Amino acid sequence: MKAPTTPTAPATAAVPSPAAALPAAEAPVRRRGRDERGTGASVALHLTVITACLIAVFPLVWVLWISLRGADGWKDPRNLSGGLDLTNYAHVLGDTEFLTWFGNSLIVAFFTTLLGVFIAASSGYAISRMRFPGQKPLMWVFLITQMFPIAVLIVPIYNIFSDLRLVDSHAGLVLAYCSTAVPFCAWMLKGYFDTIPHEIDEAGRVDGLTPFGTFYRLALPLARPGLAVTGFYAFITAWGEVAYATALISSDENKTLAAGLQTFVGQHTSNWGAMTAASVLITIPAALVFFFAQKGLVSGLTAGGTKG
Amino acid sequence: MTTATVPPQGAKRADRPAEDPRPRRGLPARLKRSFDAHWYAWAMVVPVVIVLGVLVGYPLVRGVYLSLTDATEANMGGTYGVNHIPATYKFLGLDNYWNILSGEEGMFYPRLLWTLVWTASCVFFHYTIGLGLALLLNRDLRFRGLYRILLILPWAVPPFVAAFSWRLMYNSEGGLFNTLLASVGMEPVSWLGDPLMQKVSVVAVNVWLGVPFMMVALLGGLQSIPRELHEAAEMDGATAWQRFRHVTLPGLRPVSSTVILLGTIWTFNMFPIIYLVIGQNAGDDTDILATYAFDLAFSSVRDYAQSATYGVIILSMLLVFAVFYRRLLIRQEDAR
Repeated sequence: MKAPTTPTAPATAAVPSPAAALPAAEAPVRRRGRDERGTGASVALHLTVITACLIAVFPLVWVLWISLRGADGWKDPRNLSGGLDLTNYAHVLGDTEFLTWFGNSLIVAFFTTLLGVFIAASSGYAISRMRFPGQKPLMWVFLITQMFPIAVLIVPIYNIFSDLRLVDSHAGLVLAYCSTAVPFCAWMLKGYFDTIPHEIDEAGRVDGLTPFGTFYRLALPLARPGLAVTGFYAFITAWGEVAYATALISSDENKTLAAGLQTFVGQHTSNWGAMTAASVLITIPAALVFFFAQKGLVSGLTAGGTKG
Repeated sequence: MTTATVPPQGAKRADRPAEDPRPRRGLPARLKRSFDAHWYAWAMVVPVVIVLGVLVGYPLVRGVYLSLTDATEANMGGTYGVNHIPATYKFLGLDNYWNILSGEEGMFYPRLLWTLVWTASCVFFHYTIGLGLALLLNRDLRFRGLYRILLILPWAVPPFVAAFSWRLMYNSEGGLFNTLLASVGMEPVSWLGDPLMQKVSVVAVNVWLGVPFMMVALLGGLQSIPRELHEAAEMDGATAWQRFRHVTLPGLRPVSSTVILLGTIWTFNMFPIIYLVIGQNAGDDTDILATYAFDLAFSSVRDYAQSATYGVIILSMLLVFAVFYRRLLIRQEDAR
């Protein structure tokens, strides 16, 4: 809004102002969304956002394109002859261990999620609702474990697991992931339980439920969306984890996708055809599921922090 | 009712004075009373405490211990088939720390400097671009839902897939960027070979990957700022910039402080991008502390002790950062 109009503003501010008068430079910070804006400003706005969208989407479109261009298509992207074909997909699905890795990733991520949410749920509730000695330190531990660099745990975990013969096994990988998934889930779930009104607990207590009963019969069912989002995030994290998967798994048939894909493109190999096809096959289901769950994700992540 | 259940707010303060003025009883009695009051809560957190103790606490202690030794792959011992080989590494005390922090080992300070540059530039771009896009998306805009979905897409892709897609575009053979440069008649750039270009390349990938999270978080923050505040400011004759500076930014504070803290920690420890985009064979120039520590432990000669020392140093730095950041926020809050 321009300064000259403001002293007599009440009338002008309430009615949509004559739009063309607004200089485009003001546009990015002008917050009155209901107001109209000039065509120029609109075009500039849309162009900016469209450019950003193109940048966001382009690498993925490029991968999709290369994946459809046959085994050697990546070497010369300018050569448009040959059309599109699915040989890369046939190669990945038929001749490589891609499906095994996919299955391994699913198993590892699934059990990490299950253990993480299952173990963390009751503590999230307890920390959200009860005051007890050790509560503050526990919250701190949850926070601090999220800033654990892989570097500090991966070496001792590798050594301990090799003593226990858990190296190169899915069980070992699940346990390693739980070291971050459990505190993370507890942290997120605490945020969700905070949003459930306390009156519900009190009502349950009045009706004679023990705290366990209140948790199990009332709070848990109400927190189901929160559990789903938390579990989903734990799943995605385990699904995309690279460092532990690389360090702990050595044999080809036990690899997860993150470790397995590295064998396509490395020091001595550059099988980009297979890599791009595999990337597309991984991304499509991941992205689909992601869009269903992303809404609650951010509020859950930031809720714990702002209440600190 | 035995549990210390809490009515919404301020209850912690409320029940302290009730406890303190009492005459001090013997320790067992107090423990008993505390147990009676809190055993529900403790029973609920016990699974997590056990898991954290076993999976985080014990390895952490072991890691700190390893950092005080000269453990490598060669003297680590272990069980191979039926043979058990005893470990032969020695306790060294603080030698590793001294070695690294005095600069004698030669890698720490260059890595640290680059890690700081990496973290600062990534978080800066994440935040500014994320905020810019959030402001745009917060306006009345046709196709807003579609834009939002497209802009979030990088977040939906597993990081390792993103790393490989960018590596494909950076490739010297058939890479998109060099093909484009060639078609306008420019010299190819060694995106993944030259140390400086490596750094620019990985920052670009990480910015691409991290902006959507910031954008969504800040968009949530923007929408929680009451509209009346903007209207009031406008009424008082505030310009667009003044409204942004004095209404929008302060209103975003709770969200901003959390996402910046999280973003800094995540970026500082960001493993997959640098590890996968650059690959392990490209020298150490572009390694941040976290990937360097990983390489120490799991590439050519496995130097567990050095790697553990790096891990402990990284953790200590992050802890100090988090504490200071928190304190800074609290002080700013008090100053208002």
